[in-house]
Amino acid sequence: METPLLEMRGITKVYPNGVVANRDVNFSLRAGEIHALAGENGAGKSTLMKMIFGMEEPSEGEIYIRGEKTRLLSPQDAIDRGIGMVHQHFMLVPSFTVAENMVLGMEPRKGLGIHYAEAVRMTEDTARKYNLAVDPKAKVEDLSVGMKQKVEILKALLRGAQILILDEPTAVLTPQETEELFRELQQLKEHGHTIVFISHKLKEVKAICDRITILRGGRSEGVFQTSEVTEQEISRLMVGRDVVLKYDKSKLNMQAPVLTVENLSVNDSQGRALLNNISFSVHSGQIVGIAGVEGNGQRELMDVLTGGLRSGASRGTVRVQDTEIREANILTIRNLGVSYIPEDRMSQGSAGEASISDNLISTHYRSKTLNNGVFLRASKIASMAAELIEAFKIRCSGPKQPIGMLSGGNMQKVVVARECSANPKLLIAEQPTRGVDVGAAQLIHEKLLELRENQGAIVLVSADLNEVLEISDRLLVMYEGEIVADMEDPSSLSEEELGLYMLGIKRQEPQHIRRTMNDVEV
Amino acid sequence: MLKSKYFEVIRTTAVILIALAIAFLIIALVSENPVKTIAIFLFEPLNSVGHIGNVIEMAIPLMFTGLAVSLLFRANMFNLGAEGIFYFSGVVASAIAIHWSLGGLIHPVVAILAGSIVGAILSAIPGILKAKWNANELVTSLMFNNILFGIGLYLLNYQLRDAKAFANVSFKFEKTALLDKLIPGTRIHTGLIIVLGLIVLAHFFLYKTKWGYELRMTGANRSFARYSGMKTAKVIVLVHLIAGFIAGMGGSIEVLGMYTRFQWTALPGYGLDGALVAMLAKNNPLSVIASALFLAYIRIGADLMARLSDVPAEMISIIQAVIILLISAEQFLKFWKNRMLLKEAREA
Repeated sequence: METPLLEMRGITKVYPNGVVANRDVNFSLRAGEIHALAGENGAGKSTLMKMIFGMEEPSEGEIYIRGEKTRLLSPQDAIDRGIGMVHQHFMLVPSFTVAENMVLGMEPRKGLGIHYAEAVRMTEDTARKYNLAVDPKAKVEDLSVGMKQKVEILKALLRGAQILILDEPTAVLTPQETEELFRELQQLKEHGHTIVFISHKLKEVKAICDRITILRGGRSEGVFQTSEVTEQEISRLMVGRDVVLKYDKSKLNMQAPVLTVENLSVNDSQGRALLNNISFSVHSGQIVGIAGVEGNGQRELMDVLTGGLRSGASRGTVRVQDTEIREANILTIRNLGVSYIPEDRMSQGSAGEASISDNLISTHYRSKTLNNGVFLRASKIASMAAELIEAFKIRCSGPKQPIGMLSGGNMQKVVVARECSANPKLLIAEQPTRGVDVGAAQLIHEKLLELRENQGAIVLVSADLNEVLEISDRLLVMYEGEIVADMEDPSSLSEEELGLYMLGIKRQEPQHIRRTMNDVEV
Repeated sequence: MLKSKYFEVIRTTAVILIALAIAFLIIALVSENPVKTIAIFLFEPLNSVGHIGNVIEMAIPLMFTGLAVSLLFRANMFNLGAEGIFYFSGVVASAIAIHWSLGGLIHPVVAILAGSIVGAILSAIPGILKAKWNANELVTSLMFNNILFGIGLYLLNYQLRDAKAFANVSFKFEKTALLDKLIPGTRIHTGLIIVLGLIVLAHFFLYKTKWGYELRMTGANRSFARYSGMKTAKVIVLVHLIAGFIAGMGGSIEVLGMYTRFQWTALPGYGLDGALVAMLAKNNPLSVIASALFLAYIRIGADLMARLSDVPAEMISIIQAVIILLISAEQFLKFWKNRMLLKEAREA
């Protein structure tokens, strides 16, 4: 048998905080294949790839490249050996042009300065060679997400990458952009490149990958020919049980409106409209999904709803039941029975060095059941923490463990547990399952549906189209700060059709959208 | 078996041992009679009631400032203003001790409270600047140290100075204002009881009350605290008020407990030492007691060594520098922790 292009043997990685990310993992790549790396979050995919790219060193085990034992001490080592990586969060300088980003760190020189024309030429050459069209002189901050990704791929190729690692490349793409990416990857494969494709999305894995390595809990569950395993089999190996992809949703039992947004507009400091005259309402017992490509006003809408926007930046009315909250502070909004699962669990949703129990009470400690006016009631807090850890299946060594030591999925469960346990009248859930494994996502979805059952109103903003389509009772699509579509039965809609609205290719008549508002008067 | 969770304790112990080993090495190089000198440094502080008294006397102000700085550090405020407040509150308490005449019990209480309240108010200024305008508290507090020292020295020179004394010192304090001595043969004063009480109070405040919880969460991640609905600006001002109060009380108690006149013509250094105490105590109020005693012990040991042998007391600065360097060097002994973790992981 031929020697693999890259081989990792017996890799174990323990992080300084005690997290064991990989345990005795074997991984090998054949030249010219597209190899999927699948697994739940916290299964150790990213860590494994970081070790190939020289960002982390294995605690134990060996790496062979073309049969030769290698130590990769820095990304430069990896690049020198023909390995390139496209990170999930792009590593580009937004204020630089494409060409400047392409040559970063290896700039062609002209005297003391950069030979810009040469950089543009290099970019064009690489782009032409691999048939990936980019505009070398465009600024990166003006590019779409899909374009940025293309620049990242070209950047790796320009540095001579033979092995290309893509970390969840489709997470931020529309269905159309995803298809384009797949075509490009096929082309690269024909050019003889080897690709590692990290993904949760089993359909995509099946569509373009030749082989798949599945990780679970830091261990390898085996290598398979993708054509020989079904999606169900892969998902069972990933989570250790069959995942239900459909939920039993009870019939919609909509009650009085909880959140009413009327003619809401937000301008940025230059007066540009970020939200333009938005109106919708969310009723108790209803989940309203909001879909859209990132940066089309969802961020600003969430900021207004959760008290995160500076005052004076918005116009219109936003009411929770009968109280105006557009300019209210966070505590006032929370006291009205509004909970919020923020997009960023690390920087906003939790305090990493604090214990799980401290993190679970941050929005409840003011309630009289948890304090007597001065002192916190330690035993009440302990029993509440134990209950939530149990109910949300949070994998940890105990309530005193610092939350920062948990995997992403378990950390997210803590955040969701905290926000749901307040029995909110209105829950604002922003990307509640982003970067979370299938098992945790399923649990979070069930908890959201449970809240809906108990007459909570939910706003769900998500880039995961499957999620918004499956969970929501009504779906709004945002494009350039406006609601361009309003659909009643989201689960009957296809991702492709949704993509057309998200990209602004299609939009509904304004009268149709205003209909949401008219319900309020009924 | 050693567990990774004891790592911090082991690390701190290792740091102290290394610092002491370096001290011994220096002594061995400098001293004519190294064994005797080291013995003086290590054991002389325990040799008599008087020496033990010296250690505890010195530990009292260190506990005050160490506690104040611990609370600030806990809220993630790198504020070193305890120095200037300690000094200035000493001036305030002295003024009352000199110019007012009150009953024997009330007089020190009034003087100390005045010093503490002034300390709290002064400390709130960098706090408000931080909370409202995000002005870096390290910069403002350090500048405040100079300002307070300047004003304090002016007051000493032009308002409190006793012209009849042959030094730059204040008038004598009224006898009624002085703190009682606790143990005969030493200068250990009632301030010890006050500071121990404060430390226990601070412990309960930090870990058991809702305000302490807000303080810890604000320190751990301010945007998380804000997202949870806490008024982090208020928390920051509050912790500055409390820390200023404690540091101010420390300064007032120090002058009334240890001296009969105000005589600091330079910043006494206890505020900055408080930062070292807080670092050794890992910002835990109860651990402040042990770390202040340790620091006081090696200082008194060094003083005695200077008096009784041929090695100067400045050697202690080297020990302190090594301790600060190693404690703040996050990577120190990391490799060893990683090995422990790997072992634990394999056993799991």
